[in-house]
Amino acid sequence: MENFTPLSAAIGGALIGLAAALLMLTTGRVAGISGIFGGLIGWNAPDRDWRIAFIVGLILAPLTGTLVGYALVEPQMPASWTVIVIAGLLVGFGTRLGGGCTSGHGICGMARLSPRSLVATVIFVGVAMVVVAIVRHGLGG
Amino acid sequence: MLALAGLVCGFVFGWGLLISGMMQPAKVLAFLDVFGAWDPSLLVVMAAALAVGSAGYAFARPRTPLYAPRNLWPDKTTIDAPLVIGATLFGIGWGLSGLCPGPAIENLATLSPRIIVFVAAMALGMAAHAAWQRRRVTASQPPLVAGADG
Repeated sequence: MENFTPLSAAIGGALIGLAAALLMLTTGRVAGISGIFGGLIGWNAPDRDWRIAFIVGLILAPLTGTLVGYALVEPQMPASWTVIVIAGLLVGFGTRLGGGCTSGHGICGMARLSPRSLVATVIFVGVAMVVVAIVRHGLGG
Repeated sequence: MLALAGLVCGFVFGWGLLISGMMQPAKVLAFLDVFGAWDPSLLVVMAAALAVGSAGYAFARPRTPLYAPRNLWPDKTTIDAPLVIGATLFGIGWGLSGLCPGPAIENLATLSPRIIVFVAAMALGMAAHAAWQRRRVTASQPPLVAGADG
């Protein structure tokens, strides 16, 4: 566990929870990123303005981070473009079908004590752990 | 005012992901890799977010939002096939890449070509779902997902 960073994780997590609470207090909306972004993709996409503004704020955060010493590093991604495209398609379709992602179900839904969100979170974390075990350690270790 | 609130909340959310290290797929994959050098940081992020978020929601729920007529509190309670299948498909994509929608979109700031392709594929997956939903609705069937949870 040499990579464990509990302090920065707790501070960052508290800010995410604060953002979710603030969005509910001001707009009455749930801070699910797949829902906010997915709401922009469709035929009769309603209330575009605050959704676009939220996404702009999200992208501005790491840019302002560079002003106080957070390096803007290129994230480590799978080498295969095919894997990247398949993973992106699955994340997009799956989060819309399941009604949420890590933020919408994992944080907002669990904070609402929603049984749906608890089930969804257990499934996507469990499935992702199995996928990583297979990819990194091979079937059956 | 609604847009300003969205901007501020997105910004705070983004800083949360940045400080916690969750913008980095490698950090997320280290949490998902229970048989490797396991890094429980993501668990701490979720616990802290839930502690603050649930207190905030308990306060917000009975109140009228500042810039909207009412709270759009998700009201679905049934655990149905779309929820289970959707969460499974998302879990596969998340495990393959270490990216969920928030960090993926935030990483557009790096202008990494791989991130841009990932987000484009994610948008395509969402558009495919929207198109499929629309066909179901026009076929006068009830939509498979009445309202998103988040």
